[in-house]
Amino acid sequence: MNAAAPFAQFAYAPHHDQIAPAAAHHPVVIVGAGPVGLSLAIDLKLRGIDAVVLDDSDRIGDGSRAICFAKRTLEIFDRLGVAAPVLEKGVRWQVGRVFQADAELYRFDLLPEPGHKMPAFINLQQYYVEKMLIDRALALGVDLRWLNRVAGVEARDGETLLSIETPDGPYRLVAEHVVACDGSRSPLRAMLGLDFVGERFEDQFLIADVRMTADFPVERWFWFDPPFHAGRSCLLHKQPDNVWRIDLQLSPEADAEVERRPEKVRPRIERMLGHADFVLEWISIYRFQCRRLARFIHGGVIFAGDAAHQVSPFGARGANSGVQDADNLGWKLAATLRGEAGPALLDSYDAERSEAADENILNSTRATDFIAPRSKAELLFRDAALALARTQPFARRFVNSGRLSMPTAYTASALSTPDGDAWSGGLVPGAPIPDAPLVAPGGGPAFLSEALGQGFSLLWLGPGSPPRLPAGLTLVAVGEGPGQWRDANGELVRRFDLTSGAGYLLRPDGHVAARFRAATPARIAAALDKAMGR
Amino acid sequence: MSAHLDDRPRFADPDAAYRAIIEAHRGLSNEDSAALNAALVLILANQLGDQAALEEALALARASLPPR
Repeated sequence: MNAAAPFAQFAYAPHHDQIAPAAAHHPVVIVGAGPVGLSLAIDLKLRGIDAVVLDDSDRIGDGSRAICFAKRTLEIFDRLGVAAPVLEKGVRWQVGRVFQADAELYRFDLLPEPGHKMPAFINLQQYYVEKMLIDRALALGVDLRWLNRVAGVEARDGETLLSIETPDGPYRLVAEHVVACDGSRSPLRAMLGLDFVGERFEDQFLIADVRMTADFPVERWFWFDPPFHAGRSCLLHKQPDNVWRIDLQLSPEADAEVERRPEKVRPRIERMLGHADFVLEWISIYRFQCRRLARFIHGGVIFAGDAAHQVSPFGARGANSGVQDADNLGWKLAATLRGEAGPALLDSYDAERSEAADENILNSTRATDFIAPRSKAELLFRDAALALARTQPFARRFVNSGRLSMPTAYTASALSTPDGDAWSGGLVPGAPIPDAPLVAPGGGPAFLSEALGQGFSLLWLGPGSPPRLPAGLTLVAVGEGPGQWRDANGELVRRFDLTSGAGYLLRPDGHVAARFRAATPARIAAALDKAMGR
Repeated sequence: MSAHLDDRPRFADPDAAYRAIIEAHRGLSNEDSAALNAALVLILANQLGDQAALEEALALARASLPPR
């Protein structure tokens, strides 16, 4: 248990930057080779930007970290070229059961909505995801430097000077942009002396991964006040390789050192599972926090993922929101470095991902409060909601053991062009777009997510001639004409409220920049300028 | 659905509604919490304004109490 052997290990290799007479210059240096830093490095590479990735370790750690990757993250992984292995290894579940005391309150079935390339979510240990991202990054030639620990950071002439420790001694790099993806205990955040403010929950949670040899259904089970753990809550969640994640709520006073002992943990899990056919793979104890940096951009240093914001795990919003930070930042950094963007473009990362962080913190705080009520009054309401939930569907909607992570709509983004036309649905400017089933121009099934370009795209509905587009935009013309995509079953038109001649200007990260009932070249060009911060 | 009481889910964002109730109780003593609940029940009963629906709601709430 908590074995010393890493899941994967990588060799430190000296880089010629380390013996350069002057500090080498790079457009982007990413600190931290976790899911966020790796996603960003791959995204930048696909956009023609070479980033250096520094990591203070040389291995992928084992143990209990992210396990649930939501649809939006999978769509991003698909664009980055890592969705196939993630889907192949990940497990899917759709039945959940909620128990109170010794009785099942109700079960639910998350029937998937058809017409999406990616599932609603999959469960997969973070170490697998990291390995897949590293494999992809290395295949693309990303400059990954292991055992490179950032020891100092200072602003210099509008750029950032990093001091780095390695097994061969220190060296320095100059970066136009530093992206701190160095986790919840972010050393860069500490070096800059930034406050990480928010709420800390009193209750402790014991997180255990167990490998089961017995059959067990692929379902999510949540217990309130279970007989094997009176007065607390417990979550059982499936991962690949017959590994199960167990989240056990402990009291605020529980002694973490005592509670984590296998002789204390094993009997509790035996009573929970009803058998002893399991091996303890990992045990850790957390006190959850919901907090964030007030701003995510500090001079030349940009914070992303857990380094920028931290949530409790209920609702799987840590790794998912971090990968979405990377997705938001990649195209903006690339456009800024190419000199195509106005200064407002990079600033919008802070505004947009702040809105997402606040939404994620709100959701995970609500779930944590429902799971671990803070007062007698809260406990009464929680138990009343549970008691009513046995028979009342309305009360089930109050039961909150974590809401699935959904991408945030950027409702106040400076990049969005407000609606000027009448719409009776569809996606408002700033909203993340859903996928939809299409028929490819050459025939054969396809998805909207496959038709979109790496940059901006215009989704346009015929018939007639599509508008002339500014250079670099991808046209997704839907109609009956040659070279056009067809709406497979009416879902595309329904999801986007499309009418003939209407167009959506879509950002590289799949959010709506603007939409027009009559998509003319002049309106598209003006909306593109705004969406590029020009 | 009951005869008079509308027991369908009615909130677009039930988490926000639940949270508002919880936050109203933050920092209150148990006695003040109970008093707040009593006042709230009377206010909501008046909003309901339907004796038959109120009696169905009371029966549903009573049936949800744990056995003692």
